[in-house]
Amino acid sequence: MDRQDIEISDLRRITELVKEQYRYDFTNYAMSSFRRRILRIMELYKFGSADLLIKRLKDDKSFFDEFISEITVNVTEMFRDPSFWRELRDNVIPNILLNHNTISIWHAGCSSGEEVFSMAILLKEMGILNKAKIIATDIDKVILDKAKLGHYSMKNMELNEKNYIRFEGKGSFKDYFTEQNGKAVMDKTLIDNVSFREHDLVQGVVFNKFDLILCRNVMIYFNQNLQNEVLKKHHESLFKYGYLVIGSKESLIWCEIANKFIVVNNEEKVYKKIKD
Amino acid sequence: MSRFNLDNKYKAIVIGGSAGSFQGITQILSALPADFSLPIILCLHRLKHVRNGFVEALSIKSIKPVVEPYDKEGIKKGKVYLAPANYHLCIELGNTFSLSTEEMYNNSRPSIDITLDTAAYTFKDKLIGILLSGANRDGALGMKRIKDRGGLTIIQDPEECMIDTMPNAAKNLTEIDYTLKVKEIIQFLVELDKLYFK
Ligand SMILES: C[S@@+](CC[C@H](N)C(=O)[O-])C[C@H]1O[C@@H](n2cnc3c(N)ncnc32)[C@H](O)[C@@H]1O
Repeated sequence: MDRQDIEISDLRRITELVKEQYRYDFTNYAMSSFRRRILRIMELYKFGSADLLIKRLKDDKSFFDEFISEITVNVTEMFRDPSFWRELRDNVIPNILLNHNTISIWHAGCSSGEEVFSMAILLKEMGILNKAKIIATDIDKVILDKAKLGHYSMKNMELNEKNYIRFEGKGSFKDYFTEQNGKAVMDKTLIDNVSFREHDLVQGVVFNKFDLILCRNVMIYFNQNLQNEVLKKHHESLFKYGYLVIGSKESLIWCEIANKFIVVNNEEKVYKKIKD
Repeated sequence: MSRFNLDNKYKAIVIGGSAGSFQGITQILSALPADFSLPIILCLHRLKHVRNGFVEALSIKSIKPVVEPYDKEGIKKGKVYLAPANYHLCIELGNTFSLSTEEMYNNSRPSIDITLDTAAYTFKDKLIGILLSGANRDGALGMKRIKDRGGLTIIQDPEECMIDTMPNAAKNLTEIDYTLKVKEIIQFLVELDKLYFK
């Protein structure tokens, strides 16, 4: 980040090219982090100027998947905010199961899958993993492949385990993976009922209805206009009385359709759809 | 006559701090006028997985409440904001905050460099950066960003710092406008505040 800076006009040129040539729309991403991601790509690939990055994007179609992968922030952990996962286990999911036999869950922006494995472990410990139908999506193909693989560094597993302990899981965290060649290999049966799909929240259409949507730490990369648009789609993708969960420092109160939700737990950012 | 070259063009103040900065921060927050004119944005190194407690601890000592902003919350005059645990706090164009979970920077999330860098990009020459005591180099590059864009840079006098690595790193990387003891930082802020209409 110490090498150079980039002007807003250059950022606009990049988003316009990407939109035109690749049909992805980053124009309404939050400028502060988008700029930093572009600078990061320029540093990684040693593009000395925005023009060189633009040229590569124009000329080299195979570069684009890498571009998407670098533009997106994939940092995630298992049981991030353990108190939220307790809330899910102790209140949200039991509430959904009061009225249903099964539960449909969408992880929107699942990144490398840690959130999905956390969910599967939670459901397994509740004895209802087989009742759940889970769809996990992300815009980034490269990271989705990682999620499907379920291999994580042992270093990250230390943090994941700490979170699991704070979550007060019933079992021992070590039951859910084996160590192979210095990597944690997750128990694949956990994700038997999970379908991983490439999906763009910005341009993608509503494809299903769910009892529970997790979209945590994804919309922070959008500006407010885009947050509004995506929230409308989330609203449409929920059954009435379904739950939406966002990251612990995100808020729905500014969004246009806030009145169609009620706050179930403000600390953990759990919302419930009450109006169609 | 003030010993400081003051100007009422500034729109925001970012204060970065790490090991040994808590006392300085609370001294500053307890001595500011209650109707202080500028937003104050604090980026302090803190435990990654402890969400609660810190903002309360600061608020007790502060003239005005300290809040952890939500993503896309508007930046308001006279408020004191604190970067939340495990997020980077960015300043977005259009005068709002934007949070990010991107990789740790200088082993830190929140990273002072990231807050200073995005603030400098948004506020340009209308930003004041203050860097206090700390044990690593986080914040040095951010201070350079502020200077490069015409803003004002202040470090806590290394002699007064419990750990002087952070202010010294900034001093070695970029031009520092004022090297001040905490008492003088307070004096600076109080005098600056007088230039603003209430
Ligand atoms: C920081 S991760 C969040 C992971 C997880 N939900 C958590 O809270 O830890 C953000 C993810 O959102 C994805 N993302 C960004 N823009 C997206 C879009 N337009 N559609 C779908 N996913 C997107 C990124 O690829 C990234 O994997």
